[in-house]
Amino acid sequence: MNPRLSAAIAAGRVASRLTRALRRGGGTVLPGHVAARIDTQALSTLSSRLPQGSVLISGTNGKTTTARMLAQIAHRAGLRPVHNRAGANLPAGILSALLDGCSLMGQPHGDLGIFEVDEAHVPAAVAAIRPRVLVLTNLFRDQLDRYGEVDFVARAWQRAAANLPLPAKLVVNIDDPTLAYLSESRLGPATTFGISECSFGHEGLPHEADHRLCPRCRSRLTYSSSNYGHLGLYVCSGCGWRRPVPDVAPTEIAMDGEHGSDFNLNSDGPIFPTHIPLNGLHNVYNAVAASAAALALDIDPQYIVQGLAEAQGAFGRDEVVQVGDGSLKLVLVKNPVGFNQALRSLGAEDLTLVAINDLFADGTDVSWLWDVDFELLGNRRIVCTGLRAHDMSVRLKYASVDNRTTEPSLENALSLALDAARSGARVAAFCTYTATLEIRHLLQQRGLVAPFWEN
Amino acid sequence: MLRLVHLYADLMNLYGDRGNIIALQRRCDWRGIALEVQDLTLGENLEPSTVDILFFGGGQDVEQETVSRDLARGVGRAIQEAVEDGAALLSVCGGYQLLGRFFRTTEGVEIPGVGLFDAHTVAGDRRMVGDVIVEADLGQKPSTLVGFENHSGQTFLGPGAHPLGRVQIGHGNNGVDRTEGVRYRNAVGTYLHGPLLPKNPALADWIIESALGRRDGLETPLAALDDRVELEANTAQARRIRQAGPRRASIR
Ligand SMILES: [Zn+2]
Repeated sequence: MNPRLSAAIAAGRVASRLTRALRRGGGTVLPGHVAARIDTQALSTLSSRLPQGSVLISGTNGKTTTARMLAQIAHRAGLRPVHNRAGANLPAGILSALLDGCSLMGQPHGDLGIFEVDEAHVPAAVAAIRPRVLVLTNLFRDQLDRYGEVDFVARAWQRAAANLPLPAKLVVNIDDPTLAYLSESRLGPATTFGISECSFGHEGLPHEADHRLCPRCRSRLTYSSSNYGHLGLYVCSGCGWRRPVPDVAPTEIAMDGEHGSDFNLNSDGPIFPTHIPLNGLHNVYNAVAASAAALALDIDPQYIVQGLAEAQGAFGRDEVVQVGDGSLKLVLVKNPVGFNQALRSLGAEDLTLVAINDLFADGTDVSWLWDVDFELLGNRRIVCTGLRAHDMSVRLKYASVDNRTTEPSLENALSLALDAARSGARVAAFCTYTATLEIRHLLQQRGLVAPFWEN
Repeated sequence: MLRLVHLYADLMNLYGDRGNIIALQRRCDWRGIALEVQDLTLGENLEPSTVDILFFGGGQDVEQETVSRDLARGVGRAIQEAVEDGAALLSVCGGYQLLGRFFRTTEGVEIPGVGLFDAHTVAGDRRMVGDVIVEADLGQKPSTLVGFENHSGQTFLGPGAHPLGRVQIGHGNNGVDRTEGVRYRNAVGTYLHGPLLPKNPALADWIIESALGRRDGLETPLAALDDRVELEANTAQARRIRQAGPRRASIR
């Protein structure tokens, strides 16, 4: 019995009930804040009581979806994951997930921790949780107003990998040179994944890519193929270092825009035909990351195939809301690479909303919009909205996207979209983080969606 | 026909710097002026007489080191010659720093710069991040530049240097003397990074006009464009910043 911990858990429960009663959100962060105030060791103590240990998942893009896929796989394998599924990925959010359903004595409600972690908080999370597996998906430029430089996150991850307990497994995407180098320079075990098939890659590097110097010798990396951003098949022009051969890789990838993707999952043993109901190459990457993590946990591949077949996008990630005869698809956009992937997987939508906010959680600097290939929108009908609607409109003007309206009020823009949907239109809405929250809140008020923490 | 060289385009292009190239391209396009854009990278040479506009964007420390070594090969001297000969130049953040006299690191080591601008940069211990409003002096009527900065280096101008403008909101060159950027002949250095030109069409046109003037030897005013969308974005953001104050992200 640890009285301090029990007091922390009790206080967390009160905070959770209060936030739900006040309808101030799903209680995804506050219980953790309150409990950590009372017992600073709560995160470390509770996570150490998970009989199967924990998996930490971080990366610029795909961490929420990857964590959800892994949780589904774990369910199928008969495990009971404790998971910060609402995407609250700072330490307080992880602790809140552990507190949810936890006994007063401090026994978590589940046996395996699956936690997505904010990029900058990976060292702290590794120190507190001492995970069994650390998954790193990719490192792109994102929110430079917050982190200063991409290299700041790369250095934080190097520290985290160095402090990872030696038997713990590092699971990395080796199509990202920074991560390949990270796994090579660590002593402990690693499971690597990547996409070796070039059929979906572009020749050379697209302009939104970064990290083009060799992490070993600082010479230029050349790409024979790039899948998205700087993820691809690279070789150093100076020292000859090249992308290693991954442990886990999909082959025979077939993407069907409407119904998701199929591929064969390859690792050591037999080959498993796999289907995911999510579109785009980025989701193939997420599925392979989740598979590699599951294999690192010694989960049988049959459960991986079953779990992936049931994968769902996280809230605001390709979430489709039925409205009358039409629909509204919410697509969360955070950085150029992700936005370009989303634009490339656009279907035959009749109307496209682009909602750009610049609050802290979105990134206060909207410069990145100029690294997005809006030229792809062509003559589609566009409504620019959000706090930076006017900047968005300038961007589209210079991309020759002329069939556009500017409506800074999100509420008015959404009404426009819903009117169109009611008369049968299919609407796609690309939204930054707080714009997604705001639109979801408006949809919730209209009874069109459930609150995100129940999602 | 104008020729633009994008210096170290593959290494120095953080934060949507390419927005500036797109703006120059389209604004030339809309006026029927042909503009050819060429990237220059490590190991390549610059022929000063054939370039009308130079663009030099921002980069991270690691890339900046590599680029500074390459500039010393002779590209730095060629940039200087082109500017002395009247070529227009826009340099942003890291590019701006590299064109000054030197950069002094926290350890006190002085990394030499190109020396085009009478300015030097000192590594700072805090990052200056946030919205910026600058009253710019482009030699004609004053113009309000609206942008975003993100730098830790503090740049100080020498006695002979002319700032690009005065900071109304934000940090500018060093967070101390209210100056922002530098202007020498038709060359500009600034900390307003990313897509500076799209939302500040007066500066974009000043660059095009300077380049044309040098090429044709006469000062023909540019044909006016419909800039309502650009100016709306400029004034809407300036109004927001002035009302709410600049948002400053706290880093580390
Ligand atoms: Zn190398």
